[in-house]
Amino acid sequence: MSGAPSGRVVELDLRGLLCPLPVIRVQDRVAELAPGDEVVAVCSDPGALNDIPAWCKINGHFVLWKGERDGDYVVHLRVGGHRE
Amino acid sequence: MSEPRKAIALISGGLDSMLAARIVQEQGVHVEGINFFTGFCVEGHTHAIRKRDRNRPKRNNALWVAEQLGIKLHIIDVVEPYKDVVLNPRHGYGANLNPCLDCKIFMVSKAYEWLRQHGFDFIVTGEVVGQRPMSQRRDTMPVVARESGAYDLLLRPLCAKNLPPTLPEREGWVDRDKLYAISGRSRKVQQALARQFGITGYAQPAGGCCFLTDANYSAKLRDLWAHRPGRRYELDDLMLLKVGRHLRPRPHFKLIVSREEGETRFLEGYRKRFAHVRTVSHGGPLTLVEGEGIEDGDLELAARVTARYSQGRDAERVEVEVVRPGEAPRRLQVRPMAPEEIPRDWYL
Repeated sequence: MSGAPSGRVVELDLRGLLCPLPVIRVQDRVAELAPGDEVVAVCSDPGALNDIPAWCKINGHFVLWKGERDGDYVVHLRVGGHRE
Repeated sequence: MSEPRKAIALISGGLDSMLAARIVQEQGVHVEGINFFTGFCVEGHTHAIRKRDRNRPKRNNALWVAEQLGIKLHIIDVVEPYKDVVLNPRHGYGANLNPCLDCKIFMVSKAYEWLRQHGFDFIVTGEVVGQRPMSQRRDTMPVVARESGAYDLLLRPLCAKNLPPTLPEREGWVDRDKLYAISGRSRKVQQALARQFGITGYAQPAGGCCFLTDANYSAKLRDLWAHRPGRRYELDDLMLLKVGRHLRPRPHFKLIVSREEGETRFLEGYRKRFAHVRTVSHGGPLTLVEGEGIEDGDLELAARVTARYSQGRDAERVEVEVVRPGEAPRRLQVRPMAPEEIPRDWYL
């Protein structure tokens, strides 16, 4: 995990994975990022639209946008100050 | 003021582990949750795949519990290390391929590993003496504590008063008098506790939360092992066992036939890796052909089975597309197999 926010936006292709794997992949990637970094999780499991935001809420991250895009289910989040 | 003690609670998504974490929270302990993904979890997958289930409210119960309790949840992918538990359980299987005692030992040992890495003080589980025939018996609960390496750092708040005091109780990190002495399979005390804590809407999984306790799933897994060079599996195998009708017409191959649109879409993700068949002239399923040394006659049989489950099941001929990985699609005209032509023992 790095210290200072880099302002980077990381896209994760999580299509084909069923929950909770998209949550686990987001969780593991976020652990390597700094507060303020962003993750765009692209999923095929519609459950990700509930599960990733729920995970963000309890772990102190922020959902910037969630919804359907080109047939995929997308959650865009910003890493919060709370670390894993 | 001293820092509160820290506990890591195994959160399955069910009521017992939720209550156990809540009881310890009530005593001022900082609690975080841990949940293990083995690949056999019932949660969510079939709902995510099957179209008819998609309109049901869907949630990950462990995340929901953590949200209700206001605690962090760490979800750990243990698919690889868990294979040894499933393939070589030291304490054997239950009624099906469920290695419940080894599973509990494994999960507590993983929680203990996490505890040491993160500087937590003790482990909390929702175990209840006498609730499960294998892993939650008076004689096996000490086995879990011992073989996991957690020993007396393992606190079971729901039944602690039935067991010798653990370190958190002896040291006064938690007040033993405020723990419980629940035993047996009845859920009445837990339901009353839920009401007392104002907990509603908790999950009540019928038949457990693990596919390995399911007789049909276990039969399909046994079949998989019986027809491979060794007892082994990958995560994709576990996912495919949850989807479609499984038929084994010959020892060297089996068919996975989708039952509805959601399953067809899911199986489409595997088309590049398996020979497969789909109907062209009529609406119908997608069939994956899994095996080695598959010959043209096998694919024709797969085509006839696929046609039997299509809208052309009563037609003289159904046109199907047959594809081997890396080869151009071929079209065949086949006679749908009649239901009585499919022997019962093909169905897994």
